Amino acid sequence: MSEPLLQAIDLECERDERLLFQNLSFSILPGTLTRVEGPNGTGKTTLLRILAGLNDAWSGQLLWCGQPRMAQRESFLRNTLYLGHRPGIKPLLTPMENLRALMAGRREIADGALARALEGTGLSGFEHVPCRNLSAGQQRRVALARLLVADEPLWLLDEVFTAIDADGVRAIEALLQQRAEEGGAVLVTTHHDLDLPGMQRITLGTGGQYER
Amino acid sequence: MNADARPSVKPVSSAVGPLGAMGAVFARDVRVAFRQRQDLLNPLLFFIMVVTLFPLGVSPEVAFLKQSGAGILWVAALLSVLLSLDHLFRHDFDDGTLEQLVLQPQPLFLLILAKTAAHWVLTGLPLVLLAPVLGVMVHLDGNSIAILCLTLLIGTPVLSMIGAIGAALTLGLRSAGVLLSLLIIPLYIPVLIFGTGTVAAAAEGAPVAGYLALMGAFLVLAVTLAPFASAAALRISLSNS
Amino acid sequence: MWQFFHKLGSPKWFFGIATRFMPWLLAAGAILLMAGVVWGLAFAPKDYLQGNSYRIIFIHVPTAFLAQSIYIMMAFAAVVTLVWRMKLADVFVKSVAPVGLIFTFLSLFTGAVWGKPTWGTWWVWDARLTSMLILLFLYGGAIALDRAINDEKSAARAVAVLVLVGVVNIPIIQYSVEWWNTLHQPSTFKLTEKPSMPAEMWVPLLLSVLGLYCLFGWLACVRMKTEILMREQKTRWVRELIMAERG
Repeated sequence: MSEPLLQAIDLECERDERLLFQNLSFSILPGTLTRVEGPNGTGKTTLLRILAGLNDAWSGQLLWCGQPRMAQRESFLRNTLYLGHRPGIKPLLTPMENLRALMAGRREIADGALARALEGTGLSGFEHVPCRNLSAGQQRRVALARLLVADEPLWLLDEVFTAIDADGVRAIEALLQQRAEEGGAVLVTTHHDLDLPGMQRITLGTGGQYER
Repeated sequence: MNADARPSVKPVSSAVGPLGAMGAVFARDVRVAFRQRQDLLNPLLFFIMVVTLFPLGVSPEVAFLKQSGAGILWVAALLSVLLSLDHLFRHDFDDGTLEQLVLQPQPLFLLILAKTAAHWVLTGLPLVLLAPVLGVMVHLDGNSIAILCLTLLIGTPVLSMIGAIGAALTLGLRSAGVLLSLLIIPLYIPVLIFGTGTVAAAAEGAPVAGYLALMGAFLVLAVTLAPFASAAALRISLSNS
Repeated sequence: MWQFFHKLGSPKWFFGIATRFMPWLLAAGAILLMAGVVWGLAFAPKDYLQGNSYRIIFIHVPTAFLAQSIYIMMAFAAVVTLVWRMKLADVFVKSVAPVGLIFTFLSLFTGAVWGKPTWGTWWVWDARLTSMLILLFLYGGAIALDRAINDEKSAARAVAVLVLVGVVNIPIIQYSVEWWNTLHQPSTFKLTEKPSMPAEMWVPLLLSVLGLYCLFGWLACVRMKTEILMREQKTRWVRELIMAERG
């Protein structure tokens, strides 16, 4: 059995005076696909933002490769890919420029590889059109193109299926599964009915009574 | 989608260093700004209009303008930098690129330094370049104009650096623009005093090297410290969104 | 040491301690301030230049002292908020910021009242007055930012950053007298030098400064206790406290 990439111990998060979750512990192992589920407002997005390192209003422990994450900041950020609600796409730039800018702080990557990734998401022919002229689904696809060039072992994907058509959904499902088989770890939140073989679940319920 | 292009899980290779990342941030901001050139003109037009208000509202007399010209130009420049600051992080915040910026495996303060530098090149520097024209219109003499431009050249980056802290703190708040001004104007006052004080000293024939050195010290202080404060503020604002 | 530090962060512990110390602070503050002010106003000798009008310093100087040192205290608390995330530090900053604002206003106001007979005008754009005005703006900004952010923890941390940035301004306030040569008198007190006033003047002044510090301590405790009750209203110890109060 391999070491967990990310380990959460007794996570607790309170937001706007409401307890979202408490005593939440889980491990993310390489080669697993995990779905975070729960009704609206139970803190799925918040949990993903906490795991990504964007939200720091939590208590408990987060370990990255067995070490406290705080001490491993750069290694953690370098090896984690987060896609949020907001796709991170500048409407004034073209898909190619956007993709290049997103990868720029991470690692060198050839334009050819980026072009192939855009082609892989069905955006060939749109590489040099400003993103504001693309549809919402196409803009999401620009963000998703990152998955095709990503070599980060841990993916945190918030609502990846939003605004994606049926074919696209199937393609993403296949991609996530393939990623897990290759040894990557994937965490997703979605309202789409996702049920893949071997998928783990983290279920968030309604927040407990506030009591200390 | 097909996944042929994607390598399998392994330690990340060919990583980009902080300088490369800073360059990319700077280049992206400049490129985005030039895609919407009209927006670049707005602070400049605002600058000109505020300066115009003084002869109209106070007095068009040469003596008054000669004496107050440097102050008027400094106040107008300060206000137009302030006006442009609201956009520094807001668009990036709205479209999600700010999240991705924070998650880059790079020191955040350096990325913010690059962003703020881009902001200065796009707003502060054009103000400095426009200042001589307005200086002539308020009847400043050649020497005063030269000193004024020098003080603006040193002072406007300080305004951008300090302003970035306010922009980061008020990110995502309602009525952020007004709040930003309330937070930042008090911090601008020393820069304003020394900016105009230098020109006044020059007009009296006093040596200005000391004043300029002091403004240089402000600049060094702002460049070294402000990005840390902005980075901390940005993390707090993002954490709250 | 660490345990003490940890305890200090506990609002419940502070609540108990504050309740015990508050009467003493209030008594000490009232006695010192009364003694200082009465001595200063009624018994201290006249100033040979300004006559009786100088006597307002027995109010003016203490408020100006407090106005500046409250900001510095807030800056220390801000560091604690950002580094150790201690709840009590958040509560302190939030509770004392309005007090600081009021003291700053009072020092400006008494300064203006003093300025009228001394300089013949209510307001002078002199360095010290102007930097006190800037301090007033800084307090205002911190309070405005705190009100604008809904989430308590985020608000506390954002205000902490702002206060730390603002504290850079404090040295400018302190040294502005040397930077600009103006109408205003040089500082009344300097910690490193012997006071230039006769003892009959500075002793009552010192008493009223100390008295106002004690009163500030008391006021801070009152406000912090209120804030703690608001924040912790759902916790067991506050509920038990309320039950006990009701009898």
